[in-house]
Amino acid sequence: MRAEVGFFTDSSICIGCKACEVACKEWNQVPEDGLTFLANSYDNSGGLGANTWRHVAFIEQRRGDEVRWLMNSDVCKHCSEAACLEVCPTGALFRTEFGTVVVQEDVCNGCGYCVPACPFGVIDRREEDGRAFKCTLCYDRLKLDLQPACAKACPTQSITFGPLPELEQRARARLKQLRAQGVEEARLYGLPDAGGEGVGGTAAIFLLLDRPEVYGLPSAPVTPTRRLKRGWASAAAAAVALALGVAAAVLGGRQG
Amino acid sequence: MRATRQPTTDGAVNVSEYPGRPIVKRPLWTWEVPAYFFVGGLAGAAATLAAVAEVAGEHQLARRARLAAAAGALVGAPLLISDLGRPERFLNMLRVFRPTSPMSIGTWTLATFGSSAALSVAGDLIGVARPLGRLAGVVAGILGPVLTTYTGVLVGQTSVPVWERARAWLPFLFAGSSAASAGALVAATVDPPAARPAQLMAVGGAVAEALSELAMERSLGEAGVVYRTGRPGRFRRLALELSLAGAGLVAAGLAGSGRRRLTLLGCGAVLAGSLSQRIAIWAAGPASAARTGVDPDGRGPR
Repeated sequence: MRAEVGFFTDSSICIGCKACEVACKEWNQVPEDGLTFLANSYDNSGGLGANTWRHVAFIEQRRGDEVRWLMNSDVCKHCSEAACLEVCPTGALFRTEFGTVVVQEDVCNGCGYCVPACPFGVIDRREEDGRAFKCTLCYDRLKLDLQPACAKACPTQSITFGPLPELEQRARARLKQLRAQGVEEARLYGLPDAGGEGVGGTAAIFLLLDRPEVYGLPSAPVTPTRRLKRGWASAAAAAVALALGVAAAVLGGRQG
Repeated sequence: MRATRQPTTDGAVNVSEYPGRPIVKRPLWTWEVPAYFFVGGLAGAAATLAAVAEVAGEHQLARRARLAAAAGALVGAPLLISDLGRPERFLNMLRVFRPTSPMSIGTWTLATFGSSAALSVAGDLIGVARPLGRLAGVVAGILGPVLTTYTGVLVGQTSVPVWERARAWLPFLFAGSSAASAGALVAATVDPPAARPAQLMAVGGAVAEALSELAMERSLGEAGVVYRTGRPGRFRRLALELSLAGAGLVAAGLAGSGRRRLTLLGCGAVLAGSLSQRIAIWAAGPASAARTGVDPDGRGPR
């Protein structure tokens, strides 16, 4: 199902302050994720993971004599066809009443299937803990009619929270506005008809100023369980072949 | 900035041009997982052999195959549990049945298979509940092929490019590899004249394993670089050599020209080849996921 609420992250007005990263960590009590110097612009958290649920990407592009600085706050997409949820064998990952995708930490047994299943590389296992973690879209805050911590903290309203249809409308209007201003490279990402086709659309919509791969986002993400039927068809054929092979071996090799 | 291409299902490519950030997270499964693929697959194929041999009246063969099936399930389950991030919570697997998760279907299959295989051996060893044991043997025999092939579906349903590309052939590869290993183990434990079906199964399985492997390798395309080189590549070559050499020795024994000792050596080689093949598939996954990382400084993915 498509989520009812979500994020619209407008990277054209992101100033790279990382208030979203900090607010997320504080509210959700997410552990420290390496105070390391990555030598990649102002990025010090690298990418989304078990301990980074909002990640601000910094891209420095040289265009002739000018340097263009792109910033974008990445987050779990809360896919309509969520691979993590579909492959979870314990039911720890579930779809909430808001249509978002959340891990129940008291159920997860750390099997690790969701980690390579996610086409965006979002969810990961906390090694010292053994369980999988990712953005909950502030499930506890939503229950109290509060907006998620990252959206609340964003000083430029680059991150906005709201009902998806409203966000979609806002995103399309903003795109139109930017295009009218001559920003040709502006594009939307995550909508069922723009970048989100393979996952049934996402609850995190982005306005980007370059190709998705520049930001470390897959340009054509596909939920792997879309191939499930073909996978089982292959297994069924192989299973029948095995049974027939065994029967042939026994009949061909029996005594007398 | 250089980008590494990552194929997707519909032929498009996913690339990450963001420094140090691959698109997909690397799978965390440790050595227990390929070890389980091996023993679980062996158990499944052995149970099918046992059920068919029982019907054909090959009782000694059937008994040994049942034992192999139960032993494989008994070793396999703890391997899977110890690979969990929270092993004490393994029973949470049995709180739901999720048809969209091959791991859920596999867990339920293994649980049913393991108890059936154990029950069928109990009938043999201590003579309890013989009719029930026979029924359990049939159940295990039917579930056996599912147990050998579901693991191929499991790794195929991920976003890891090399596994994704291998998905059509993985169940065939695992079925062939399982038949080879089960046949080899049972053949080595049964007296020569009665061992012929198991020997045929070892040879046929090894040939099927090699043929599916070649077909799979062809379907990988550019994503297969990580499978053909490095550690996966070494295990892959080792697997092909051991399986085919072992199958040759067992086949020579079948034709009546080999000595018993050479047949046993062949069985050992087929078993080792089957295990190496699972290691190659397993090891290719993390290498494939990490490969999308692009780092202008050449430090490699973080």
